[in-house]
Amino acid sequence: MRRGASLFNIVSIAIGLAFLYLPISILVIYSFNASRLVTVWAGWSLIWYRELLNDTAILQAAWISLRVAALSATAATILGTLAAVALVRLGSFRGRLLFSGMVYAPLVMPEVITGLSLLLLFVAFNVDRGFWTIAIAHTTLTMCFVTVIVQSRLIGFDRSLEEAAMDLGCPPLKTFLTITLPLIAPAIAAGWMLAFTLSLDDLVIASFTTGPGATTLPIRIYSEVRLGVKPEINAVCTIMIAVVAAGTVVASLITKGGAARRQREALGAQV
Amino acid sequence: MADGGQAAQEPVSIEKPPLVRFEAVTKRFGSVVAVETLSLDIKHGEFFALLGPSGCGKTTLLRTLAGFEAPTQGRILLDGEDIVPVQPHRRPVNMMFQSYALFPHLSVEGNIGFGLRQENVARAEIADRIAEMLVLVRLQGFGGRRIDQLSGGQRQRVALARALIKRPRVLLLDEPLAALDKKLRAETQFELMELQRKLGTTFVIVTHDQEEAMIIADRIAVMDRGRLMQVAAPAEIYERPNSRWVAGFIGETTMIEGRLGSDSNIESVLGRMRVAGSSNARSGDKVWLALRPEKISMTAERPNEGLNAVAGTVSEIGYRGDMSVYKILLSDRSVMKVALTNVSARGETPFSLHDLVWLSWPPEAGVVLTE
Repeated sequence: MRRGASLFNIVSIAIGLAFLYLPISILVIYSFNASRLVTVWAGWSLIWYRELLNDTAILQAAWISLRVAALSATAATILGTLAAVALVRLGSFRGRLLFSGMVYAPLVMPEVITGLSLLLLFVAFNVDRGFWTIAIAHTTLTMCFVTVIVQSRLIGFDRSLEEAAMDLGCPPLKTFLTITLPLIAPAIAAGWMLAFTLSLDDLVIASFTTGPGATTLPIRIYSEVRLGVKPEINAVCTIMIAVVAAGTVVASLITKGGAARRQREALGAQV
Repeated sequence: MADGGQAAQEPVSIEKPPLVRFEAVTKRFGSVVAVETLSLDIKHGEFFALLGPSGCGKTTLLRTLAGFEAPTQGRILLDGEDIVPVQPHRRPVNMMFQSYALFPHLSVEGNIGFGLRQENVARAEIADRIAEMLVLVRLQGFGGRRIDQLSGGQRQRVALARALIKRPRVLLLDEPLAALDKKLRAETQFELMELQRKLGTTFVIVTHDQEEAMIIADRIAVMDRGRLMQVAAPAEIYERPNSRWVAGFIGETTMIEGRLGSDSNIESVLGRMRVAGSSNARSGDKVWLALRPEKISMTAERPNEGLNAVAGTVSEIGYRGDMSVYKILLSDRSVMKVALTNVSARGETPFSLHDLVWLSWPPEAGVVLTE
């Protein structure tokens, strides 16, 4: 079987990549446009990035988004890791299937429904909407992603490591903290990064659960674009793309590094 | 306490009680019985082997001693105390795992010192004892290495040092040499024996390799399907197996079926066999004569009268270098295995295919088995 580049493969890859990245690259290129008109190219410039620094509304929205993302990613990582441990370690407890189904449901649930139901919940409990409600909503959204990542690492985890630690006099909780946690840390870190980026670019759920004074960056961008596309928006979007791309790359490097190390260990054991 | 009069005069019992005692231990996993009402004593300072085919319950038994499995029924006594309710991290036994289970995020020293760091041992003492252990397992200078920088044999020794550093009452070894290649395994077997003699610690090893168990252990418990088949010293298990199963599991055996006649004769299809030694079979019972291949002599001429003899033809020759194994086809179409040492240095075997030969053995060479 020849796995080289046939014409068909090259064309299909090119079309696929074009669909994915053409809009984004146009946005990135035009963020460096010297012209005020979005559709007219007038040479390279960093003017819109400089303008951005003076746009307090955008900067404030970005700051809120980052805080929401950091807080909700941290909460989601803690809850998601605990859920993963329960799913993998407790064996077949009553309602295990129901629990795992419920943990994974937000993965496929339309965001509109998640957002609307959270909104109804906050209204029913008379919670003032704002920063905290967005953070809670994003925790709900991203927790299941953390669970999926951590769970896959825990399934491949050699239980005899924990047994060895206990055999050497380490109590169960300390074993979890000193042996299990450091070894699944890459998966937890990857989960955190993913939760962070998911929270950063969410518009739907945030717009349902936001309140006065808590405008996240995607909400800000969306509302500004409705009044006409400003080149500044291109600049802020480019920065967001950079942050999200960096986050995704770091997350995949962390998990890959763990996999490579496991492979090295497996190889070494055979020597 | 057994002989009332003597015990009264001598309050200290003459025989030390066993270090480990399994009392009617049963372990079930759902409907599967892994260990079935098993009772066993392990003495102080012994190198004890649990031997059996895979799935016979030997690892489960070891894990009940380490505390990772709780027996469904029965008690496990360590120095006379029931340790079943004691959690694994509080038991004075340590285990070396088949996969070694070394902590990949800790260095060699971090791994070896892990057990001591769980207690309130001073840092200086931990460092001293790690150094001592590194010398003991010949890994001086490797203390700072990462685990993935070690070879399989080095990892095995780190695992051993880690399990020994707390000076356990019993060291449990779960197939400790299974991952090593054959040559290294043979060397390590002798190292383990030497180490055990030097430390005087009781070692309990689980293995499926009968040769390894014979070489390494003072006593062997042969297990099958959750039950003990025989517990004895290696030589006794080899020379005096108590059942056809044990005789067949340990080494090569030829079985000759027959009925025990009067005055220690077995009547078989191959003729009358004289046997010596005691057996609990009575005349008329169905018995089997178990013969080891190396106890049988092979000659071209008919041997003299005092020996049991059968005639056959050489049907297969397996050359193994130091010895050759011959399969001899007998008159009743059954096959008998004979092992002969290759004395000639020219690489030729004294008999060739299709030769007519006589097989003979003295009455005391075989074992009479009733089950």
